[in-house]
Amino acid sequence: MNAPAATPAPVSPLLRSDGRLRRRRIVNRAMEALATLAALLAVAVLAVVIVSVLIKGISAIDLDFFLHSEVPFGEKGGGIANAIVGTLVLVALASAMAIPVGVLIGIHSSQFARSRTAAAIRFVLDILNGVPTIVTGIFIFGLLVIGHQQSGWAGAIALAIIMLPIVARACHEVLALVPDTLKEGGLALGATRWRTVLRIVLPTAAGGMITGSLLAIARVAGETAPLLFTCAIVGPGVQTNPAQALASIPVRIFELAESPSKEQHAEAWAAALLLIAAVLVLNVIARTLFGRSQARIGRTR
Amino acid sequence: MSRDVHTEETTPVTEPQPTAPTETQPAVPAETVNAGATRTVALQELRAYYGQAEQVKGIDLTFQPNQVTAIIGPSGCGKSTMVRCINRMHEEIPGARARGRVLLDGVDVYGPGIDVVAVRRAIGMVFQKPNPFPTMSIYDNVAAGLRLTGAKRRGEETRRKVESALRGAGLWDEVSDRLEEPGIGLSGGQQQRLCIARTLAVDPEVILMDEPCSALDPIATLKIEELIDELKTRVTIVIVTHNMQQAARVADRTAFMLDGRLIEVGPTDAIFTTPSDPRTEEYVTGKFG
Repeated sequence: MNAPAATPAPVSPLLRSDGRLRRRRIVNRAMEALATLAALLAVAVLAVVIVSVLIKGISAIDLDFFLHSEVPFGEKGGGIANAIVGTLVLVALASAMAIPVGVLIGIHSSQFARSRTAAAIRFVLDILNGVPTIVTGIFIFGLLVIGHQQSGWAGAIALAIIMLPIVARACHEVLALVPDTLKEGGLALGATRWRTVLRIVLPTAAGGMITGSLLAIARVAGETAPLLFTCAIVGPGVQTNPAQALASIPVRIFELAESPSKEQHAEAWAAALLLIAAVLVLNVIARTLFGRSQARIGRTR
Repeated sequence: MSRDVHTEETTPVTEPQPTAPTETQPAVPAETVNAGATRTVALQELRAYYGQAEQVKGIDLTFQPNQVTAIIGPSGCGKSTMVRCINRMHEEIPGARARGRVLLDGVDVYGPGIDVVAVRRAIGMVFQKPNPFPTMSIYDNVAAGLRLTGAKRRGEETRRKVESALRGAGLWDEVSDRLEEPGIGLSGGQQQRLCIARTLAVDPEVILMDEPCSALDPIATLKIEELIDELKTRVTIVIVTHNMQQAARVADRTAFMLDGRLIEVGPTDAIFTTPSDPRTEEYVTGKFG
């Protein structure tokens, strides 16, 4: 209508951007961008690893690869059947040892121990988790292999030692999430503490505990160092008796990669592909279960 | 069982409120419960501690059978702690302990040779927030207490008690066609009545309620209050509440606590209209708390 409306209204000095605010805005943008970049980097590394293993390994994967064991040097058509079977046996034995004990440790530290004891237990578990796996391997080597021989048992025990703190910590964390009000509900009905834990707390946290166990399995399925001294000198063919040393996928990858043969290099990549795929699948299953378990606990909050 | 008449007789004190419990509730089959056999609970010199801190400082108080006693008082005055001493839930907290005596029909629940499991079965508890067991169906939630004593999940006896408890909690008509659905799928008010059913299933003599309606909306609250009025014909009820209107609506007797001590106890209308202690008057008239 008249002149003042046509010209832009003067911005109050209170709301005007000054140099300091502008600088903060720029710093803010820059840090956001850096953080995003770092996250993308992690995804990129994983993608590069998977893609390169896929490209180099896929050619060596055929039916023979899964059905045959290693063949003498120079021959073709070798596979990793014995390593697959060996890894399954080793991981099964290690899980059978580590998961029940780990679950009980988690139950103790989250449900029965006083808070100071529980903190001490968690600290010890964290240290155990931080022990380099080659040290665990040497320890078992000194304990069970010297004077005897390499065996599936020795390898499985080494793997179990690595699994134990992972399982125990995971169980502690999810069990501690179960609301106290649920425990009180059980106790008020006249249930003993153990009964309450067994019937009310454990079922509520079951998903998270399975998740922790699966992640521990995925972790040790790829462990090489603890098996090198304890369970690496294997005979030919598929072997399932843990009193003998058993072949395993990670140790086999290590051997194949050191071989001068091109075919064996390809096999190493193929075995690595198999291992990565298995670990990936375990992780996805674990995530899914954990999500469900969280949803269940969340609904009671 | 002429329950409504009974209810009338034992509700002499409360002024009729617009939301007062009515006699129009469907008659509840009470064949499994010990109707009329409710018990007296007497606290003698009860003290409760968290570590060194004394939270309940010597309380003498008797809860009469077939009556609802409300415990009122400002936050932190020790009402919940006191109530949790009655079924020995207080001692479950690390570092917590209780002294003094809690007599259930003359027997000290802290006495030698007393099994805490038996105490908690005789004295049930309903909590502030509904806490149905999240992994269990509606049926299993109610059966949970029964199964602790080895009752078969699908036994005829268990089935009958579950139905009776759900009816007793006024929930049967709402859930009878979906007993196998999870208990946490119910609304907040239904969940709380499920928790009451779970408590009723083990046939308690006394039910302690620790602010049972504080997480519920007014309509759900009203249903619980109606339920309390019905239940008092078969159990002794102690209810902790922050809500003075609620105390006035449901309680035959009201006890006022302050700083771990019992200040005054008496018929509810007397506490709210002619309290003898000035602190009670200040609290009920809203001057503090």
